[in-house]
Amino acid sequence: MDNVLLETKSLHRSFGGVHAIKDVSIQVQRGQIKAVIGPNGAGKTTLFNLIAGTIPPHEGEVTFQGRRITAWKPHAVAALGIARTFQTTKLFPHMTVLENVMVGRHPRTRSGFLAGMLNLPCTWREDCEIRAKAREILADLCLLKSADETASNLPFGRQRLVEFARALATEPVLLLLDEPAAGLNIYETGELSELILKIRDRGMTCLVVEHDMSLVMNISDDVVVLDQGQKIAEGPPRVIQRDPEVIRIYLGEG
Amino acid sequence: MIPLRRYWPVAASALAVVALQVVLSLGNATYYMTQITMSAYYALVVIGLCLLMGYAGQVSLGHAGFFAIGGYTVAYMTTVNLLAYRDVPLVRWLQSLHIVVQWQNLYGAEVLSFSPWPAFIAALLLTGLISLLIGVPVIRLKGHYLAMATLGFGLIIYRIVLGTKSLGQADGISNVPPFHLLPWLEVNGRAPFRVQNYYIAWVAVLLAMVLAINLVHSRVGRALRSIHQNEEAAHSLGVNTYRYKLAVFILSALFAAVGGALMTHYNGSIGPSEVTVMKSVRYVAIVAIGGMANLWGAMIAAILLNFLSLRGVFGTFDDAVFGAILIAIMLFAPQGLLRMPKWHAVASAGRASALALQRVVRGRTTDTRRPHG
Amino acid sequence: MNFPLIMQYGLSGITVGSIYAIVAVGFNIIYSTTGIINFAQGEFLIIGAMTAISLHQILPLWLAIALAVIMTTILGGLMEVVFIRPVRNASVLRLIVITIGLSILIREAMLHIWDEQVHSLPYFTGTSISTVTILGAHISPQVLWVLGTSAVIVAGLTIFFRFTPTGRAMRACADDRMAACLCGINDRWMVTLSFMLSAGIGALAGCVISPVTQTQYDMGAPLAIKGFTVAILGGLGNSMAAVAAGLLLGLLEAFVISQFASAYKEAVAIVVLLLILVFRPTGLFVRREIGALRAA
Repeated sequence: MDNVLLETKSLHRSFGGVHAIKDVSIQVQRGQIKAVIGPNGAGKTTLFNLIAGTIPPHEGEVTFQGRRITAWKPHAVAALGIARTFQTTKLFPHMTVLENVMVGRHPRTRSGFLAGMLNLPCTWREDCEIRAKAREILADLCLLKSADETASNLPFGRQRLVEFARALATEPVLLLLDEPAAGLNIYETGELSELILKIRDRGMTCLVVEHDMSLVMNISDDVVVLDQGQKIAEGPPRVIQRDPEVIRIYLGEG
Repeated sequence: MIPLRRYWPVAASALAVVALQVVLSLGNATYYMTQITMSAYYALVVIGLCLLMGYAGQVSLGHAGFFAIGGYTVAYMTTVNLLAYRDVPLVRWLQSLHIVVQWQNLYGAEVLSFSPWPAFIAALLLTGLISLLIGVPVIRLKGHYLAMATLGFGLIIYRIVLGTKSLGQADGISNVPPFHLLPWLEVNGRAPFRVQNYYIAWVAVLLAMVLAINLVHSRVGRALRSIHQNEEAAHSLGVNTYRYKLAVFILSALFAAVGGALMTHYNGSIGPSEVTVMKSVRYVAIVAIGGMANLWGAMIAAILLNFLSLRGVFGTFDDAVFGAILIAIMLFAPQGLLRMPKWHAVASAGRASALALQRVVRGRTTDTRRPHG
Repeated sequence: MNFPLIMQYGLSGITVGSIYAIVAVGFNIIYSTTGIINFAQGEFLIIGAMTAISLHQILPLWLAIALAVIMTTILGGLMEVVFIRPVRNASVLRLIVITIGLSILIREAMLHIWDEQVHSLPYFTGTSISTVTILGAHISPQVLWVLGTSAVIVAGLTIFFRFTPTGRAMRACADDRMAACLCGINDRWMVTLSFMLSAGIGALAGCVISPVTQTQYDMGAPLAIKGFTVAILGGLGNSMAAVAAGLLLGLLEAFVISQFASAYKEAVAIVVLLLILVFRPTGLFVRREIGALRAA
């Protein structure tokens, strides 16, 4: 199964008696856009947190590129090539847009405390590179003109885009997007779809949690449905759309 | 391109320092230099604390403890009399390396003790070790737990110095010899050395500022600020938040220890009054006034307030003043009073206007789609 | 170690421990309602005692104490209204720093209003040398007053929180401030009340312990540290556990004094504090995960 980029096996996680995630096993193929959907409280963000290392699972395994990364800390997971965005935008409010994205370069750069404090020449070049690369990404996402604005001053849609850019700056192999379309209007959602497809075409793999069905149907190759912490269904979007179980959990009985 | 723009305020401060010295010397008022020198050493603690609180977002209510570790270590090592052990091989060997030297103290007695440089290095090592030991379990804690743990640490150090005979208990340690940094340069509080020491202290402070400024502008500094502003996001971007917080904690402890060590040599003594909770709270209040993430504000506030305090301007209300300051700042100006223009903002504003000017000159309209800026 | 001696140390430990417990309960009341750690908690005890001492010069003891408690209660309320309430969108840390500043100001004010001398209230019954014998241990009758008062305070608070509408309102506020507000509970008044309550019981505790430990203007801070240690030991917000934890700390201190020099007594609380913070910040009596959900 060489093509499997990320795999979770029988993940279990509970919070004080509530089973947030129960026996969830999924696979994400390289180059795929896989969506995770489900009603509120289904455990979608918890799944992300388990993969990204924010919280450890109580049972089960997470494997990435053949390597077991179960319960690895978030910074180690990021260094390995998994980047994530958050349900509520977590920008660094008092830093500029450019600086936000520059922080994203952190796992790919090296200057440490001593070099930083002494302002050694090796840091000058690295800093220039960080800055240039960040600007490149901003330009790619048409954010360059906001580069020097304080992040918290931006309109909501652009803030989300900055978070996206920041995640891209880490040069990830797998991108975890947690409700990227939340709070976006139709046009912005359309642009978002194009963006995700564009980066997929460059070779990125994406795991997307989303409520917006149009986005899910348009861009995903495969869909996983969670309900009450368990995997209910998995398959291509058209099939999932017609699955009676899925319809039931979204719309209720009868 | 060498990043030099950030050092502008350092150069300005250096000039101000020299100007002040000239004025005081000409005005025959060099006695003010003593308090300024002492304030400068307190400022060292504040600079480190500012990095910890303002940039890494961690609070420490026990930083006087690290000041004390630095001060008491050099005091103890330079005054402990090993004369009785003069013939022990280890002592002999240390003496041959000039780590241990024989000298005459103020009372004319012969003393065989550590020379100041080894004592200084030992103080730094000890502080590094202790801050590591304390930091490892404590940095994990959040908010009020961290505050309480650091408070507890400060209290323990206080109890230790107050209760230990060899550390002088309530009287502290005195007769600390001067610190010969270089053969012709010594940290010494006596009158003839006033100007010399004024400069030594200020060089130390400005050096600390340079290091701190460099750190803040570096990749690590960015990571620290990101931790402060949104720890979860920073963590998800590959920043090892735990290790960075610990590193800043240790760094700030070292800054405090240097201040303590130099101050001890300057004053010729150190006592438990340097380790009280009030002292720690003072440092916090000063960082708060300067604006949590404002190095220059912190430094200026440190010099100013400590100078006034040392000159007795606050009288018996000394502690009350700092308490009131703390409350006032928290209530009315949590961003601090001394908001200096962030040099980055100034620089980028400059760049943006230069760019606009460029475009106007070249007759182009603003075109934001171009990839370079 | 014979039995009477053990009783002696034990009772002394419980006495002091019950005072720590009261301080901790005061912490918990404010913490539950607001999430703030009130660093000025210890000062309430000292203000209460000092005020009672001054009033006693012109009033009978009971009246002096009652008035002192009332005045301190009002002071606690004023403190909240003037310094805590107006702070909008404050991070909890900022509010904590304010209470630190307040504790300093209060202490300095006490220094200037009274002096740095040691004072004390007279023994409520008997004199400084009268003793009562319990199971072979000779203790001062004041000890019984301390234990009795602490028990009454705890019992009174339990009844208040469980059976009175105001008490229940405060508990609602502690559980979920927004929900309580939506139910028509005036949450801001609840916050003020929590401060007043903590101040009042603190003042009472300070008065009752004054003959035994004497009262000095700067005793507030060490008491606050110990009270906080006890509160954390029991789990922040859990008052019943705080009582148990208080007695535990008191006994521990007594044990240390009995075996080692009394100079190390002060270190006990701090060491316990650091150990607890490092290993079990959610407290001894709280199941780890639930505590993790609740804390910070």
